Formats: sequence, C-alpha cells, structure tokens
Amino acid sequence: MATLHTVNKSPFGSSVLDDCLGLAKSGSTVLLFEDGVYAATTGTKSAEAITNADGITFAVLGPDAKARGVEGKIADGIKVVDYDGFVDLVAEHDKVHAWL
Amino acid sequence: MPIEVNGKSLEVDEEGYLANLNDWEPAVAEVMAKAEDVDLTDDHWEIINFLREYYEEYQIAPAVRVLTKAVGKKLGKDKGNSKYLYELFPYGPGKQACKYAGLPKPTGCV
Amino acid sequence: MAKKFMYMNTKAPYGTIYALESLEVVLIGAAFEQDVSLAFIGDGVYQLTKGQNTDGIGMKNFSPTYTALGDYDVNKIYVEKESLEERGLSLDDLQHLTWEDEDEDWAEKDSIRLVSRSELADVIEDQDVILSF
Repeated sequence: MATLHTVNKSPFGSSVLDDCLGLAKSGSTVLLFEDGVYAATTGTKSAEAITNADGITFAVLGPDAKARGVEGKIADGIKVVDYDGFVDLVAEHDKVHAWL
Repeated sequence: MPIEVNGKSLEVDEEGYLANLNDWEPAVAEVMAKAEDVDLTDDHWEIINFLREYYEEYQIAPAVRVLTKAVGKKLGKDKGNSKYLYELFPYGPGKQACKYAGLPKPTGCV
Repeated sequence: MAKKFMYMNTKAPYGTIYALESLEVVLIGAAFEQDVSLAFIGDGVYQLTKGQNTDGIGMKNFSPTYTALGDYDVNKIYVEKESLEERGLSLDDLQHLTWEDEDEDWAEKDSIRLVSRSELADVIEDQDVILSF
C-alpha cells in the first residue's frame, strides 16, 4: 500500500513536514507543493532531512518552485514535476495523505 | 455597464476602470476620454504611455506623488509638477490617467 | 510629528495572503509621510527572492512591486541575516532594491540593510508603531 503524502507548508514555523517524515513508510512518496517547496531548497535542514530519508521518494511541484524563485535551488535527487506529473503520482499510489 | 470599443464590449468596474488589463488598446483611452469630453493630445498620450510602462515594470499604478516625481525625472521638471498634470487630467492624474491607460485605480487612492 | 512605523513581514509569498496585504498597506501608508521601515524575518525573507515567475500558478507576481518602494520613499528595508542563512540564502538571492537620493542628484543607493537578530531587535525597540504580517 504505497501512499502519496502531500505537504504544502514551509518547514520553518510548521512541524507538518517533520510529522509527515516521522510517519511516512518506506516506499511512499512525499510531494512538496505551495510553501512546502522551500523544504527542498539547498542549504536548509529540511533538505538535509529529505536527502537522508531512506526509502522515501520526494517530488516538488515545479510551477510552485518557479513562482517562488527557488526552482534553481532544489536539492539534487529531488524530482520536479508539473501538474500532469502530480496527477500521475496520485494515480500511481493507492491513496493520498494530504497533510495540513 | 460595459463600454463599446471597436465593436467589442469591454467590462469595467463601477467607477469605469477596465476589469481586465489585457483588454486595453489605444482606442479604449479614446472612448473613455470622449465620454468625459476630453480631447486626447500628444501630451495626454505621453502620460498614459508613461503609466503603462510604469505598471509593466512595477505591477502597480503609482500614487500621484510618485507619478509626479517619476515624470519629473523622466520627462523633465516642467512636466513633473502637479499643475501640469492636473491641467491635462483635471479629475486627478492618478485616477483619470490610470483609467485611460487601462490600469486599476492607484493603490491608496479613494 | 512623524512617527516611526515598522512593518514586520514574516510569511512567504503566495501560500497565504499576508505578504501581498502587507505590501498594499505599506504603499497606502506611504502617502501619510511617516518614517517607514520594513523588516523581513523568518519565511518573510522569501518575499524578496529574485526570479519569481507565477505564470504556472495563475497568481499575480507582485515581486516587481518591491522595486518601486524606493519611489515611495520607503528605503529602510531590514533583512535578518539569521533567517536568510537558515534558508540557505544570501543577499545575492534577493532582488536588488534601491532608492534615489534627490538631495544628491538622484544618486542610487541600496535600500536593503542586512542585520543580525540582535541588531534588528534594537531597530524594533526604537519604533513607535509595529505592524506584523
């Protein structure tokens, strides 16, 4: 049962990403969108946590990263997807856990 | 009430400002000016075009004070003063010229 | 007597409406000729990043408007160093905000002042009115 987790909050000032990473099982995917995209930018503690999270795949919604001017700062190994890619992720997983 | 420009019906707000910035074309300014009995001269157009360029760069319609200063810097002190701008646009250079230019009402204008 | 107003910007743009609302209040408030300062702390520093392009999310890109603040005589813009560093950012990642000094033949000067948390605390202490967004 692979789960797609979605996180739309900045990792600073919200514990949602930590909560999500604490409970996400190996084999699941975490999609970062809206203010969640900041978590994937290089030089942050959250990007380090993401890089060290074994067995979990991470993706970032490109249009949200581009809007915020951080598209060029997404850490290596994190996939950037567009809206169609988001839909594909939803379709590929058994369920979606939308963290708020 | 929408306005008719070149056979197209364009939506405006209750104060006559274009609802959609992209609807603008020079004929819009002509139609709006005619409705207020204003003949648009080159001097009017200079300010209208200046406002459109300002919006393009900064994404806001400038306050009158800011417009006056910016016009003075770009077009010279004889144009960058309230007297000159109010003579061209008696209803207020911010309000009236922004309307003709298809911009929203300047932020902070009541 | 002009009062010292400080607008504290603490939220990222687009995810919530606070950043845009703050910017509008600053522009409106600028008409009242007070002594205005802006501070960007926490996720607020993200408001100033350069290269923002909102074509893909259907929202207005209001980042160019920060570059007009100089025209509105808003030229004291404090950015907290620690907040930038926590986010892997430096001044180079932010837009270059300037103002022109009419008294010095329109000489272009930097508006952004990079300050430490304790320096910013002193600046805030010195204000009459603080509005947080």
